[in-house]
Amino acid sequence: MPFEWIVALRFLREGRLQTALIVGGAGAGVAVVLFITALVSGLQANTIKRVLGTQAHIVIRPLEEVARPQREAGAGEVVMPRVEARAQRLRSIDQWQALEPVLDAMPGITAVSPMVSGPAFALRGDASKSIAIFGVDPARYDRIVAVGEKLVGGAFRLGPDDAVIGKELAKDLGLAVGDRFRTLTAETDSPVTQTFVVSGIVDLGVRDLNRRTVYVAFRTAQTLLSLPGGASQIDLKVDDLFGAETIARGLEARTGLTVESWMRTNEQLLAAINAQNVSTGTIRTFVALIVAVGIASVLVVWVVQKRREIGILRAMGASRGSVQRVFLLQGAMVAVAGSVLGSALGSGMTAAFTRIVRNADGTPLFDAIAVPGWLYASAVGGAIVGGIVAAMLPARAAAKLDPAQAIRM
Amino acid sequence: MSAPLVQLTDIRKSYGSATDLEVEVLHGIDLALAPGEFTALIGPSGSGKSTLLNLIGLLEPPSGGSYVLAGRETAKLSENDVTALRATQIGFVFQFHHLLPAFTATENVLMPGLIARGRVTAERREAARELLADVGLADRLDYLPRKLSGGQQQRVAIARALSLAPPLVLADEPTGNLDTHSADEIFALMRRFNARSGTAFLIVTHDPRLARRCDRIVELVDGGIAGDRPNLASKGDG
Repeated sequence: MPFEWIVALRFLREGRLQTALIVGGAGAGVAVVLFITALVSGLQANTIKRVLGTQAHIVIRPLEEVARPQREAGAGEVVMPRVEARAQRLRSIDQWQALEPVLDAMPGITAVSPMVSGPAFALRGDASKSIAIFGVDPARYDRIVAVGEKLVGGAFRLGPDDAVIGKELAKDLGLAVGDRFRTLTAETDSPVTQTFVVSGIVDLGVRDLNRRTVYVAFRTAQTLLSLPGGASQIDLKVDDLFGAETIARGLEARTGLTVESWMRTNEQLLAAINAQNVSTGTIRTFVALIVAVGIASVLVVWVVQKRREIGILRAMGASRGSVQRVFLLQGAMVAVAGSVLGSALGSGMTAAFTRIVRNADGTPLFDAIAVPGWLYASAVGGAIVGGIVAAMLPARAAAKLDPAQAIRM
Repeated sequence: MSAPLVQLTDIRKSYGSATDLEVEVLHGIDLALAPGEFTALIGPSGSGKSTLLNLIGLLEPPSGGSYVLAGRETAKLSENDVTALRATQIGFVFQFHHLLPAFTATENVLMPGLIARGRVTAERREAARELLADVGLADRLDYLPRKLSGGQQQRVAIARALSLAPPLVLADEPTGNLDTHSADEIFALMRRFNARSGTAFLIVTHDPRLARRCDRIVELVDGGIAGDRPNLASKGDG
C-alpha cells in the first residue's frame, strides 16, 4: 500500500471517535438524500402511472374548423368583422387508414389505436345517463389503456352488440354482466338507438370516468355516431414518457393534424412534478453542503491536532503534496464509509416506509418504491467527490505547515 | 581532508518581516562538516543552536549565505528537491523522540523508507527489525511508542534516523530528557553507528560530559561561532 494510504488509514483509526462521528454524519446525509429521492420518484412514478392509466400518451385529432372573415384587412385598411367561432362537429381524421401503418412503424411509438368517440345517452327503465361512447379495437386499445387489468367483472370483449361499461354507470343503471341497456345518440336531426349487452364492467380509478365510459366495437361506434369508415382520434403510446411532447410536435409538423401529448394536457401535473424535482434538488444540495462542511470542520481540527506528526513526516522526507494527499484521502475514505453506511440506512428506511405507510384500504402506497442502482452509484460517487472537495482546505493547511515550527510544538 | 559533507558559508538567518521588527538569529556562520565526523554543538540557550540545526536539516531556508550539502547548493533547489535531498541525506533525532504515536516501533523505523520509495518490501521490514535488534529492542518490535520507556523511545528514534543509512544524522538534545544511565547508552549507540558505518553526527547538547566524548566541539554564542576545536581526548571512548 502506498505511503499516503497507510498514514491516512492509521490516522483515521487513531482518531476513532472523530472518525465514527464524521462517518455517521456523512451516512445520515447520504441516507436522507437516498430516501427522499426514492420517495419522491416513487410518488411521481405512481402519480404518473395513475394519470396515464386512463389516458393515451399522445392523441391525434383532426384540425379544428376555423371561421375566417370574408375579407382580410389590406395595407392601411381597418376591417371590423365580427367572426363567430364555429361549432366543432364530430369529424374523422383525413386518411387515417394510411396514417395507421406509418405510425405503427415509427420508432419510439409502442402502440397505436384508432378510436371513434362521441356523446350519447344510456337508457334503462326510467333512468337515462349521459355517456361517452368509445369505439375501439380491444386488442389495440388494451395496449394504450390496460382495460383488461381494470375489469371488475366480465371480459374486455367487444362483439357488434357488446359494451364494456364503467363501474359507476353499471351501478347507476343497475346493470350486471349479461344485462341489456339502450343507447341513444345525441344527434338532434336523426337520433340512433341501439341495444347493447354488458360484456364487462371496468374500474378506471376515476369516478367521473367510471360514470360515463362505454366501450363498444370500433365499427359499431362508426355506425352509431354516423362516422362510417372514420376515426375521430388515434391514441398512441410511446416508450419514453417524457419524450412524448417532442414526438407529438414532430407528428404535428408531419401530418398537419392536431397532436397533443399527455404533457400538454396535464400541464398542472407536470408543473407539480417539476416543482417537486426542484425542491428535492434543493434539499439534496443543502444536505450535501452540510455533510461537506461537517467533514471539512472535523478535518480542520484533525490537522491542528496532528501538526507535530505532520512536521515529523515532513522532516523524514514527505513532500507537501504527499501530506496534502493524506488528508484528501482521509476525506475520501470517510465519505466512502459514510455513503456505504448511508446506502444501507437509506434502503432500510425506504423498505420500512413502504411497509408501514399504507393506503386507507391497507394496500401499499406505492406499487414498488425502491432505491434504483444508479442512485446508489451517484450517491457514493457524489460523496467521494464531496469528501475530497471538503478535505481540500484542511489538506492545503496541512501541506503549508512549516515542519521546523510544527516539530517545536 | 575529503570534500566536506556540509559546507556553510556566511549563513544568516532572520525572523520577522524585513522591516523594523527583523531579528537576526545567526550572524554569518562558516562551518564545514566532513563525512563521518562526530561533532557536538554546544552553547547557551537562545544562541541559535536549534535554528542552525534546522537550517542544516533543510527544515528551514537560510536568509542569506550559501549552504552546500553533499555537493549541491541548496538555495538553487526546488521545494521537492529539498524534500528529496533531506530524505536521502539526513536523519533526525529529536529531544522528545517524535515518534509517530499511531505506528509501532517497526513501522516508525520503516517510515522514512516508505516515504522515499512509496512502499514496504519484506526485505525492508527485515532490515528494520535488524536495526531495532541492533539498538537492543528485539523484544519490542511491535510496541506502540507509548508502551516504551523514554530511553527505548529514543532508541527507536535513532533506528529510524539511520534506516535509510544517511551520511548525516542531526540530533537535537537526544539525551535531554533521559536519566544519566539511559543517556550514556544512547550516546554509546550513536558512537557505535558512527564507527561502524561512518555516519556523521551533529549533536546539540547542554551536557558538557557528553560533549567531551565527541571528536569535535563547536560552540555557538549569540548567533556566532565562538569556538571550534577538535577533541582528541574522545578517541577510543564509547
